[in-house]
Amino acid sequence: MASHQFDNVDRSGSVSGPPSGGDYALDRSFRGIAWFSAALILALVVYIVVEIGGKAMPAIAEHGLGFLTSTAWNVQTGQFGILPQIWGTLYSSLLALILGGVFGVAIAIFLTQDFLPSRLAMVFRTIIELLAAIPSVVFGLWGIYVLIPLLRPVANWLHANLGGVPFFGTSLSGPGLAPAALVLAIMILPTVASISVDALRQIPYKVKEAAYGMGTTRWEAILKVMLPTASSGILAALVLGFGRALGETMALAMLIGNSNQISLSLFAPANTLAALLASSFPEAGPVEVRALMYAALALLAITLIVNAVGLAVMKFATRKFEAER
Amino acid sequence: MSVPDLTLESSIRNLEPTSSRMPSLHRAPLEIRALKSGFLTALTWIGAILASVPLFSVIYMLLVEGGSRLNWETLTALPPSAFDLGGGFGNAIVGTVVMVGIATLVSVPIGILAAVYLAILDPDSKLAHTVRFLAKVLTGFPSILAGVFVYAVMVVTMKTYSALAGGVALAVLMLPTVVLAAEQAMAMVPKKMKDAAYGMGCTRTQVIWKVVLPTGAPGILTGVMLAIAGAAGNSAPLLFTALFSDYYLRSLTEPTASLAILIFNFSGMPYENQIQLAWAASLVLVLIVLVFNILARIIGRQKY
Repeated sequence: MASHQFDNVDRSGSVSGPPSGGDYALDRSFRGIAWFSAALILALVVYIVVEIGGKAMPAIAEHGLGFLTSTAWNVQTGQFGILPQIWGTLYSSLLALILGGVFGVAIAIFLTQDFLPSRLAMVFRTIIELLAAIPSVVFGLWGIYVLIPLLRPVANWLHANLGGVPFFGTSLSGPGLAPAALVLAIMILPTVASISVDALRQIPYKVKEAAYGMGTTRWEAILKVMLPTASSGILAALVLGFGRALGETMALAMLIGNSNQISLSLFAPANTLAALLASSFPEAGPVEVRALMYAALALLAITLIVNAVGLAVMKFATRKFEAER
Repeated sequence: MSVPDLTLESSIRNLEPTSSRMPSLHRAPLEIRALKSGFLTALTWIGAILASVPLFSVIYMLLVEGGSRLNWETLTALPPSAFDLGGGFGNAIVGTVVMVGIATLVSVPIGILAAVYLAILDPDSKLAHTVRFLAKVLTGFPSILAGVFVYAVMVVTMKTYSALAGGVALAVLMLPTVVLAAEQAMAMVPKKMKDAAYGMGCTRTQVIWKVVLPTGAPGILTGVMLAIAGAAGNSAPLLFTALFSDYYLRSLTEPTASLAILIFNFSGMPYENQIQLAWAASLVLVLIVLVFNILARIIGRQKY
């Protein structure tokens, strides 16, 4: 009896109704296309790794692991090695991480711990986000014509008076590690700040109230309660910022001096893997291109590992709070 | 008969340390902990102000150095050769717009469709988890490697640098931003809205097209705008995919100029004219990037 009820319903004026055969066919093909697009991203990543790895194979066979520990880059003799570039990449990124990390976390605290009225905090947050919008080449240009002239007298004074310290072992004649690392620090600061802000925001408000209730000063609450609670999120921010710094190219190619040497001095010119690719690739012959592909593979491996570690830490950090809530 | 003094003040007074274990609830302004707190606060203020100095310095230089050179000729003329005066970067503006356009056409449809899969069709499948993770890894992918990849795949096989290769390289960099933003926007569409549509007999495709995509559109568009802003300012992948050209674009399969590469090339030249042009081109580039950033903010602010 009940089954007859729906047969008599007047369908002409209604928008609802079971899908037609055409709807089903459309549905199936659309879902197929969506699945294909998602799979395409997976395929793209695999293709990138295979393509760069494949193109690097001849150089890997030729130079072996010695490529990673040799300091020569000589197209005439066919000797290639990227130890100075690996050193320069890690050294400049580490310096940038120390500077950008300290400032980035300080700004995250400044924005989240009620130092500013909320409207002013929004304005300041926008300023930091705009920093992330400035293209790398523009920072490079600014570095050449503003930062280097500004740094040179300071660097040369440090070299003249404290030349014995290995960090100040050379004078700054133009491009060098210090201006490159400074610009790099400015560029990773928004990344570190915004992920740290998210980490600090995730802490339930009652945690801070409990700290204040115990009679802590604002900074005792920040240093002993807020920062330790957000520590894994901040760690993720630092690791991901480090990943950004490792792969940054244009500003470094313009500021670091492209000199294949290993030096502790902050004012000596150096080179990074990305800058090597940027400066050598456009004019490289087939032999050099193979070596550059090997260098690209090394950069790919380093950044993929650092980013995967950063994401894993971040996942761990969010999970911790989900469990607490 | 005296009434017991029950005011707050007296109860605090009664809490005065009677034993050594009881902490003092009074805090003098010149106590060491208070001074330390004030000192750190001052330090944070100084740090925050210092951190915004570079941005203002960059903007000042762009306006002063670039603004003075910005006129109709610089926006339309071709780049000058070494000792020439005058000239401009009209071809670089066209090249940047064309390549970012190609990148948008390639990455946005794929990105949104992939996001549909991640957010609606099968959010908990193994493929979805893998793709989500890879997209996040790709956001930290060095942009120069996208250039190396497209060089190996397209430039070598086509035997020429081209606007097409440059556009695809930028698309590789835009894709993860689009996917992650679109996924987040679609996942935020209220479940009741989808359920209502299913209840009316919609297929999943109809729900996606008629409910999820229109409702999530502001969030998706914000992501697309941010991706475009990022791609417009990115130069490393164009270095050896699009290369550079001193002439206006005639076909998509020849070397193409872009603002970012022009700045890179001119910044190291010893000629005053070229350096001024680099500043002017930087101003134009930053303006393009800012326009898309501001658009993203405006669209993102509309709540549904």
